[in-house]
Amino acid sequence: MITLNINTKNYEVDVDPNTPLLWVLRDHINLVGTKYGCGVAQCGACVVHLNGDAVRSCVTKVSRAAGQQVVTIEGLSASNDHPLQKAWMELDVPQCGYCQAGQIMSAAVLLRENPNPTDEDIDNAMEGNICRCGTYLRIQKAIHLAAEMQRKGQ
Amino acid sequence: MKSSALASGGLMISFSWLSSFKGPGLSGDSDLPDLPEQWHELTGYIKITPDNVVKIYNPNPEFGQNVMTTLPMIIAEELDADWQQVVVEMGPHDSVKLGPQFTGGSNSTRMYWKPLREAGAAARHMLLDAASQTWNVPIEELTTKAGMVMHGKSGKSGKYGDFAAKAATLVIPKGIKQKDPKEFTVVRHSKKNVEAAKIVSGKPLFGLDYKHEGMLIAMIEHPPSFGMKLKNFDATQTLQMPGIKNVFSLKLYEDGFELAGFDTRTFNDLLVVVGNTTWEVMNARKKLKVEWELVVETKETINNFGRKQEVVIPAGLPSSEEQHKQMQAKAKEPAALLRKDGDPETAFSNAAQILERTYNAPFLAHNCMEPMNFFAHVTDEKALLVGPLQAPGWTEPTLAKILHLPPEKIEIQMTRMGGGFGLRAYGHYLCEVALISKKIKAPVKLIYTREDDMTYGIYRPMYTATYRAALDANKNLTAIHVKGGGIPENAVHANRFPAGTVDNYLAEGWQLPSNITIGAFRAPRSNFAAAAEQSFLDELAEQMGKDPIEFRLELLKRGKENPVGKNNEYDADRYAGVLKLVREKSGWGKPENRKYSRGVAAYFCHNSYAAHVVDILMKDGKPYVERVFSAIDCGIVVNPDAAANMVEGAVIDGIGNSFYGKLSHKNGAAEQQNFHNYRMIRHSEAPASIEVHFVQNDIDPTGLGEPPFPPVFGAVANALYRSTGKRHYNQPFMDALLQQNNEPDNSTERAVDKKTDKANKKKAF
Repeated sequence: MITLNINTKNYEVDVDPNTPLLWVLRDHINLVGTKYGCGVAQCGACVVHLNGDAVRSCVTKVSRAAGQQVVTIEGLSASNDHPLQKAWMELDVPQCGYCQAGQIMSAAVLLRENPNPTDEDIDNAMEGNICRCGTYLRIQKAIHLAAEMQRKGQ
Repeated sequence: MKSSALASGGLMISFSWLSSFKGPGLSGDSDLPDLPEQWHELTGYIKITPDNVVKIYNPNPEFGQNVMTTLPMIIAEELDADWQQVVVEMGPHDSVKLGPQFTGGSNSTRMYWKPLREAGAAARHMLLDAASQTWNVPIEELTTKAGMVMHGKSGKSGKYGDFAAKAATLVIPKGIKQKDPKEFTVVRHSKKNVEAAKIVSGKPLFGLDYKHEGMLIAMIEHPPSFGMKLKNFDATQTLQMPGIKNVFSLKLYEDGFELAGFDTRTFNDLLVVVGNTTWEVMNARKKLKVEWELVVETKETINNFGRKQEVVIPAGLPSSEEQHKQMQAKAKEPAALLRKDGDPETAFSNAAQILERTYNAPFLAHNCMEPMNFFAHVTDEKALLVGPLQAPGWTEPTLAKILHLPPEKIEIQMTRMGGGFGLRAYGHYLCEVALISKKIKAPVKLIYTREDDMTYGIYRPMYTATYRAALDANKNLTAIHVKGGGIPENAVHANRFPAGTVDNYLAEGWQLPSNITIGAFRAPRSNFAAAAEQSFLDELAEQMGKDPIEFRLELLKRGKENPVGKNNEYDADRYAGVLKLVREKSGWGKPENRKYSRGVAAYFCHNSYAAHVVDILMKDGKPYVERVFSAIDCGIVVNPDAAANMVEGAVIDGIGNSFYGKLSHKNGAAEQQNFHNYRMIRHSEAPASIEVHFVQNDIDPTGLGEPPFPPVFGAVANALYRSTGKRHYNQPFMDALLQQNNEPDNSTERAVDKKTDKANKKKAF
């Protein structure tokens, strides 16, 4: 049994400790907002927060998350009101939408560590998240907008 | 036509009538024949509750083109509904009620425009009729606005919901007058994605997210290369792995099965592993001991919407290098005549100068972010299938055949798709999972890993084309000749521009078979033809000493005033219109833009027109597309901001694929298996700005998903020429540059993305 704390709730799961956190979230805990895209830490669709750091859950063994604080897209905000979520909706970022949870989770760490990111800061932080539909430009604008909201305490 | 009152007293209107709109087909692209010209039934689905909530069912599969929002907007417009009170749901698969229900060929808005307007207008009329009866006033004196009915003379007003019950008892009228575009209050006014809140909070929307009680997970172990099949296997170790239920082989289609046009599949003998969870199955697969064997040459019968053909699938383990050589040899042989105007042979023999250039492009993988997957629960009596696909109506007849069930016993539910780009029009994965479920007698979801997905085939074909132009002593253009082919289809749209603008014109095509499967990829064939043709016209304009936009406009003027030949597919005015608009908006020729290496291209496909100006600067020693200006004519733009988003996406998709896109093979095996060696465009490589401008007119919508994509390749090639001083004839364009800089290209393993590593080095990866 492995005890996990996900979005401030405790879960006990009976899985092989080598199982990637991604599949524990999706198959065992039924939190499917975290997406599978590549399985080899190349696309960023599976980004979650582990003790506040952005990690690729597809290559993070569940044993590493045991007893740690995990936050997924479902737990990013109480009522879909994280500045990034609001900015994403305001600028209508998604096309297919599949990669967007991972994009937002990567951006959330950036904004926490760097409340006033430049274009280059955003480029660097978001380089690991692929969007096949090509919404990168709107993601860039939405991160700036969210930063502004955050500064204004919105 | 029928309407029925709901027990709740709400109004459910179900429309069904003859609709005189043109059948969609895939817009004449590729060799796909047109679908039926007339859809005899087209049904909208509107539900109004007494408290005035209007529920609209979106009929068409959503893969990111935003039909969940855009199509209901069309109904809401004619219904005069209050958009704030509209709730949208994905409709069921029911082509009698909801029309053709396929996403492809840039047809969603185009084919539903008229039927959905008719549906909205009819429903509004019924509500007016009900109000007229209730208030005992003439219907002509009633008006509507935002979900309210008003009677000006008496000052009475009421909600739609007040009249819904009565309206439900009325006969659904036909031929109700629709709004003049000037009266639009919903259409042409940007509405936000109705599923955005669910997307940004991680709600289960996609096929991969679907859960069902008792659901198992299945994966298929494909042969390691094209030209191979399953010989035998030993699953002893796999079956000992935790969570594994079953390992077996299964034949997808029986011998001699007549394939429908979208029944394409790469492998027919499936080696299936079934278990409890995804990770357990992924792991257990690695323990399989499998012997593969070579496939001999096979014949297949394909019935493509009524047109039967025998196709020979050659044996062998193809390599890209060898296929490229075969194409070069084939290009020298006589080819099929596709179009001839005037006397091109004489024009070329009399030419003072001939410009000849050859263009090449590789296979491309679609790489939808959500890999192929589908859920099935098949019993002896019925089948339930749930997941992401573009065209349920194309796969359902095949499912009926292979499951031996009548179509009405097959229910396909459409989830949101994590991308499609053409790949999800091919329903082999539904057939696979349906047979797996039938065999194991359990609900099951089939999941392709990224590697399964990328190496499976159904790629954008490999293409080559040679363009020739004859110039006289005064550098006047006298003839154009295009000869193009590919694996496995020809590369030429013979009746497209510049056909019709040149006195002497010759188009020829050829094709080579292969056992590498191909399929529609965003703007099939056009995505190569535009790159080649628009690069060639740029070089030709340069040879003639002309501005590339002015040169195209001169040709189009000729095509408008005195067109050559027949069957010219494009409208010269609309074509010229996007060029003029992009010239104006990009400040073409203005001195302040001199710091950019600029390239222009325009193209017509899928009934719409697109032109781009691409501005390249050097960044870290590499060309970077910093700005793009786009001009689009797709008729009425229903949801402008969402449409702009799609154009931005097409531009980025075009830059990415022209720079890096390549799926190559060695001895039958794909050389790229995942994103570590299939390079995708990433965040920092997206342009800093993409300005999207739409031509304003009142033409019914003509489609947008594909048209902006093909000309990006040409505009990028032309800008790269001005940036690097070299013409780029071979896609992907960056291969040459990466090799020059001694960096790995797509055919070489890249350990990890450097910037990803750098950006995340502090993070716990």
